[in-house]
Amino acid sequence: MNREDTMFKQVRNLILAVLVLLPVTVLAAPSGQALSFTCAGCHGTDGSSVGPSMPAIAGMDPEVFVDAMKAYRNNQRNASIMNRIARAYSDEQFKAMAWFFASQRLYLKPQEYDAALATRGAGLHDKYCEKCHENGGRPGDAGTLAGQWMPYLEYSMDDFLNGKRKWPRKMKRKVDAAIAEEGPDAVSTLIHYYGSQQ
Amino acid sequence: MTDIHRRAFIRVTSGVAALGATIGFPSLALGAARRVVVVGGGVGGSTVAKYLRKLDSSIAVTLIETKPNYTACFMSNEVLSGERTLESLTFGYDGLRRYGVEVVRGTVVGIDPVKKTVQTAGGESFNYDACVVSPGISFKWEAIEGYDEKVAAETVPHAWNAGPQTLLLRRQIEAMPEGGHVIIAAPPNPFKCPPGPYERASQIAMYCKHHKPRAKITILDPKDAFSKQGLYTEGWTKLYGYGTDNSMIDWIGAAGGGKIEELDPTTLTIQAEIEEFQGDVVNIIPPQKAGAIAFAADLADGDWCPVDKRTFESQRHKDIYVLGDASSAAKMPKSAYAANSQAKVAAAAIVNRFQGLEPGDPTFVNTCYSVVGEDFGISVAAVYSLDTHTNTITPIPNSGGVSPANASPEIRKREVSYAHSWFKNVINDMLE
Repeated sequence: MNREDTMFKQVRNLILAVLVLLPVTVLAAPSGQALSFTCAGCHGTDGSSVGPSMPAIAGMDPEVFVDAMKAYRNNQRNASIMNRIARAYSDEQFKAMAWFFASQRLYLKPQEYDAALATRGAGLHDKYCEKCHENGGRPGDAGTLAGQWMPYLEYSMDDFLNGKRKWPRKMKRKVDAAIAEEGPDAVSTLIHYYGSQQ
Repeated sequence: MTDIHRRAFIRVTSGVAALGATIGFPSLALGAARRVVVVGGGVGGSTVAKYLRKLDSSIAVTLIETKPNYTACFMSNEVLSGERTLESLTFGYDGLRRYGVEVVRGTVVGIDPVKKTVQTAGGESFNYDACVVSPGISFKWEAIEGYDEKVAAETVPHAWNAGPQTLLLRRQIEAMPEGGHVIIAAPPNPFKCPPGPYERASQIAMYCKHHKPRAKITILDPKDAFSKQGLYTEGWTKLYGYGTDNSMIDWIGAAGGGKIEELDPTTLTIQAEIEEFQGDVVNIIPPQKAGAIAFAADLADGDWCPVDKRTFESQRHKDIYVLGDASSAAKMPKSAYAANSQAKVAAAAIVNRFQGLEPGDPTFVNTCYSVVGEDFGISVAAVYSLDTHTNTITPIPNSGGVSPANASPEIRKREVSYAHSWFKNVINDMLE
């Protein structure tokens, strides 16, 4: 038997082994896909929201997703509805949904932005935000900002600035510094910068 | 911190993707493509058609719908206040066609569960391996003396399906004299869109507050309680003087004689259980049952269609699935989000059946927003699992529920914008 045949058999056996396991897993509880499909009515098909107040969650980092859901479940965000919804799920179910959304491609819908504000925001982003929100805030190890819906970003920043949402480590210092440099519309310029990435 | 590692995760998903392709292959190898016929292009029908194609593009999906376009009933109360147009609620089916769904215009008049065929009024016949029926509601015209389809179309609209009657009701409210009286007769449970009659009263009040500030709106209700009642009461009190002598909105429940019995369409007078009510504009939302095809195809037991809640397959005929308002899906409400959620459970169950697999455990969500007035939105949410012993869809304990009482103005305002974003995403998930 040559090497290719052996590999073929190994792969086939692996697939068969998983196939045997698969129906059992499906029966034990709703699948990650089934759980995630229920989110689409508010967050768009597979998490690419087309509603400006609802964040896109496609391509979201799984750790950020789970942390956000736990925060909602513990009433640690200024939520209107996600706190009520998050209380229905276990940690394992949060993870299953996190995996699903992390594997989805994010489709962005163009939104209107002010080009002059966006240009100012770009500079501020590079200086104060890029270290955590890498690549202009594209999906990564921190919350997705690039192309995220601007009204949603406004709500989020209002909550941070009004003490209704706990700042992630170092973020308050960075935002304060950005405001000190740019003035009161610093946050607005950043939001227009993120909205400009389409 | 969680123990998810991004790279490990990506490896796992690529493995699963490869496996998916392997599972998909044998069904192709069997020969002819499996065929699903979907009856009705509302929320349930459109969503199931899209998700069947999304989950398994080897399945041939035909959707049969009477109307050329879909007009959303949810958010149509905003047409009554003038906040939006009927056009803004109207969408074509090209999005579904892009998923490879064959969209056929026609009215289904019969389903043969033995030959597995669907017949249309135009004489066409469609074969199926699985049939999904999502016809929405129809009305019990016999329930209110003097009220029938003709009266509804011409003088006393129900406007409980968005369309010409929504516009008729809007025109009547605009033409009503200052200080005029609007009567809304709410239906008994169960009915489509439980918070809808009360949002309707709110939206009409929102218009009248600016244009006819002395107008009165009376809700006649055969029930003693209604959906989101505490929140509506709070909003009406804040916005429309509810509870004072000067209230724009008055609600008369069952105990107060809110059940209506007869309409005189020439004088716009309603005979209710205790007294008579006369309006300048009368809107009667009649008692409801499943859509006509559910009865023609022997899918109903009483007013609604019993289903296996794991799959939404009919309990009366194999390989026929009933979704949305027409199904008996307690404890889910008859709402757009519920139909959308049920459709995805049914789509997965049908795909599993074609692949010879058992259906997975279902999970359901409902969310519903109501706009009570300017900057005043409220919501209800629930996540459900299936209690297989009782075949009941049960809310998960300690979760869900309505918006908090006396929330901040800022949260109430946000819920209005969430309501509008919700609308866009529901439409997206069913048609785009």
